[in-house]
Amino acid sequence: MDYANLFIKSIFIENMVFAYFLGMCSYLAVSKTVKTSIGMGFAVVFVLTITVPLNFLIDKYILQPGALIWLGPEYAELDLSFLSFIMFIAVIASMVQLVEMIVEKISPALYGALGIFLPLIAVNCAILGGSLFMQIKDFSGILESGIYGFGSGIGWLLAILAIAAIREKIAYSNVPAPLRGLGITFIITGLMAIGFMSFMGIKL
Amino acid sequence: MSKNKVLLTDPLDDNNPITVQVLGICSALAITVQLKAAIVMSLSVVAVMGASNVIVSILRNLIPNRIRIIVQLTVIASLVVLVDQILKAYAYDVSKELSIFIGLIITNCIVMGRLEAFALGNGVWRSFLDGVGNAFGYGGILILVAFFRELLGSGNLLGVQVIPDFFYEQWGYENNGMMLLSPMALITVGLIIWVQRSRNRKLIEKA
Repeated sequence: MDYANLFIKSIFIENMVFAYFLGMCSYLAVSKTVKTSIGMGFAVVFVLTITVPLNFLIDKYILQPGALIWLGPEYAELDLSFLSFIMFIAVIASMVQLVEMIVEKISPALYGALGIFLPLIAVNCAILGGSLFMQIKDFSGILESGIYGFGSGIGWLLAILAIAAIREKIAYSNVPAPLRGLGITFIITGLMAIGFMSFMGIKL
Repeated sequence: MSKNKVLLTDPLDDNNPITVQVLGICSALAITVQLKAAIVMSLSVVAVMGASNVIVSILRNLIPNRIRIIVQLTVIASLVVLVDQILKAYAYDVSKELSIFIGLIITNCIVMGRLEAFALGNGVWRSFLDGVGNAFGYGGILILVAFFRELLGSGNLLGVQVIPDFFYEQWGYENNGMMLLSPMALITVGLIIWVQRSRNRKLIEKA
């Protein structure tokens, strides 16, 4: 039950895009058509589900104050948490490379769909944000952090799909010239975020 | 000389990183509730961008093309760690408030974007100007958004009340709590884009 709660919460209540504005750059850049946004969305889900638990393990067994105690009592004092940015981004960048190579080998069809988006993901702040939030939230186990990563990814996918669908339709309407393109997308996203605020305070 | 000056002034308006190049949106929206946080964030980005552009520009002939993204990320990440530690030491309250967003400067696409687009192909001094110019363009929008959000949302500027008391007592003026919530940041940026593009018509996108 707790897992389901966490899952729903990370999709709707703590939506990456609408509540924290993470991954906005790719959200705005890749959402011109539904087709590309699906590719990007699934790539984000994929990478978040892998990197959040991985970084959880690194945080728990290497970086946290006193985490190195398994090496022996003399390491119990060490606090490496100032290294977390570098470690997390290194894990993410190398995971993205690895995933790209594996997907290319195993499933060329999937690679065709996700391929161009994977390199973009290393600099998508939703991915690093997921790991940093994981660090703050203090999860108890690897499963919990995995579900959090997966849920946040799905939330991001949902957001980019919705905006892409709206942008495809709005191309036919008469938007004031200076608002065309970027401006109207910002305002629509704002209105959608107001909609998502109605999920706030829901307890499961 | 004038060519170098363009590097510094262009990002302020015609080629603004946020409203034209669409880079670095995430942090621009998330930390603009208060003016103070926005100013600290802008200064951090100025420092990181100036330094990382210089470093990458010095190294640009040594970096193998295939691993350049990881090299760039490492340079940025080390600088961000530096900024983070300095903030924690000298401005702990603000650094608490900015929470993960200092860390997110690493993936702030504005830094990567300028490294890729400019520092990899230009000399040290020009790269420095480009980095600082873009960071100022970014900071300008950040401060503008934060100004409106703090003024209309809580009646304060930099934590000091600026709307006089009789506004509330006699005219029944109310702060607009909506401005403090995240959706209004998006709408404020949307409106800024609207104003900027109706003034500067060559930025209008073709239908």
